[in-house]
Amino acid sequence: MSGESESLQALGWRAWLLSSSPRSRNQARLGRFYIAWLSFRSNHLAMLGLGIVLALIFMAVFAPLIAPYDPNAQVLADRLQYFSAEHWFGTDDFGRDIFSRIVYGSRLTLYIVILVAIIAAPIGLAVGTTAGYLGGWVDKVLMRITDIFLAFPKLVLALALVSALGPGIENAIIAIAITSWPPYARIARAETITIRNSDFISAVRLQGAGRLRIIWSHIVPLCTSSLIVRVTLDMAGIILTAAGLGFLGLGAQPPLPEWGAMISAGRKVLLDQWWVATVPGIAIFIVSLGFNLLGDGLRDVLDPKSGGQS
Amino acid sequence: MNGAAQASSMIDVRGLDVVFGKGADEVRAVRDVSFRVPEGATFGLVGESGSGKSTVLRALSGLNHDWTGQVVIAGQAQTPKRDKAFYKLVQMVFQDPYGSLHPRHTVDRILMEPLSIHGFGDAERRIEQVLGEVGLGPSFRFRYPHQLSGGQRQRVAVARALILEPRILLLDEPTSALDVSVQAEVLNLLQRLKQERGLTYILVSHDLSVVAHMCDELAVMNNGAVVEELSVERLKSHAPEHPYTRQLMVASLGYDRAAIDRFEDFGVEG
Repeated sequence: MSGESESLQALGWRAWLLSSSPRSRNQARLGRFYIAWLSFRSNHLAMLGLGIVLALIFMAVFAPLIAPYDPNAQVLADRLQYFSAEHWFGTDDFGRDIFSRIVYGSRLTLYIVILVAIIAAPIGLAVGTTAGYLGGWVDKVLMRITDIFLAFPKLVLALALVSALGPGIENAIIAIAITSWPPYARIARAETITIRNSDFISAVRLQGAGRLRIIWSHIVPLCTSSLIVRVTLDMAGIILTAAGLGFLGLGAQPPLPEWGAMISAGRKVLLDQWWVATVPGIAIFIVSLGFNLLGDGLRDVLDPKSGGQS
Repeated sequence: MNGAAQASSMIDVRGLDVVFGKGADEVRAVRDVSFRVPEGATFGLVGESGSGKSTVLRALSGLNHDWTGQVVIAGQAQTPKRDKAFYKLVQMVFQDPYGSLHPRHTVDRILMEPLSIHGFGDAERRIEQVLGEVGLGPSFRFRYPHQLSGGQRQRVAVARALILEPRILLLDEPTSALDVSVQAEVLNLLQRLKQERGLTYILVSHDLSVVAHMCDELAVMNNGAVVEELSVERLKSHAPEHPYTRQLMVASLGYDRAAIDRFEDFGVEG
């Protein structure tokens, strides 16, 4: 009985969400999200990616409950141990539990990825849409600045910035953010140029809308979906750059359990105790793969040229 | 036309020229176009694709700044740049209803935008009222454009143009992207709104039957210039003078191989 009423209620929700004539702003918006979710859900690889990313978030949030040991507790008697029931992924050369360090390291990874995304994506979006919509000399100046940033290899520029700012995780984040906005600006500009002369933009211009309003509430919403996809696909690259900086000793400083720095520490014992460097390597690989799969799935759902319209 | 009619003319265009490009690439899209539309009338601009009729409309609406000549709208001489008050007076309906509505905005948002730009207070009432006027019920209010048919979209576009209560509506081939039965619906809607609100229309079209149905006066354009101005009665009595107009009339009757073989190109010399 209760099962039946529950399924009826679920059906009611579905019908409400999929209604072709919504009765309020929120219903229309939620319905749109629900349709996007339905098409996302049918993509199994994307769901796997989402699962990995959610697991990463879960691990980061509940790290103290999941990790069996303090990630920085050194037990020199137990150093460089192989996998065992006490130490699932073994211990490193200071006798620290690698599993606990991986779990706490997920916090750093997430911290880096989120901060880079919320710094770089808005800068790229603002520069790209402004250049694309205003055109003329504004476009020339902004895009030449973008070109200058793009002319340097990303990792080399990040290295130069971190060495100038001083090693540390915050500086690594700033360096990665500064080197990763230019591609977003290019994407946003290209999208803006295709949108700029469309009739619906002419229509708001004829209503007397100012430039800021046109860019912010008419052009930006159409650029965000391709940007979200691109940022998600770049997350793997951001993680790898952060790990690379950590590996070179310019990112997170010891004893922070940053995955790249952990690989770097395991390098010395790679031949005899391979797991010390390999386990954080696998963690980086899985998380990068998760973000890539999620990005691919989001592209199928959000890309204004294919999904999201019907 | 007598003096009184001239005094009350809503739109007065004298010697309008539009030039695109510079130097060798220069294209004179509109050459010395002049016409006058009295208040409450519907004026047709007819011509084939590329004849400059839509360019005239874009110059009048303020979308195109590169024009010279004299444009007087509601007694005010216009410069290429327009102020907010102008857009309350003149609104435009675009040709393609699939391209003129923002794909990520609901009908509600589309209609809200002009109200918030101009700081109108009673948005709820206005949106409901204008949706009713264009024959769309409240069930359409929170739909996205992809949930609407072509005719419904064009009704939304008309509602968006009307919500600021303009006195002039510029119609850029408002029905050419719609199928025939829907065309008639939209044209009848436009006729009714014009009577109810005393609007002045400029209708751009390549379809003589649409123009004959809607307009009082019309100008025929070819290669950027007006070749003939005539009343709809003259058009209906098949008595246009310029050979290009006659050619257009033949073309509008349907495809006739023999007639089309006789067509000439009326290029403007110089």
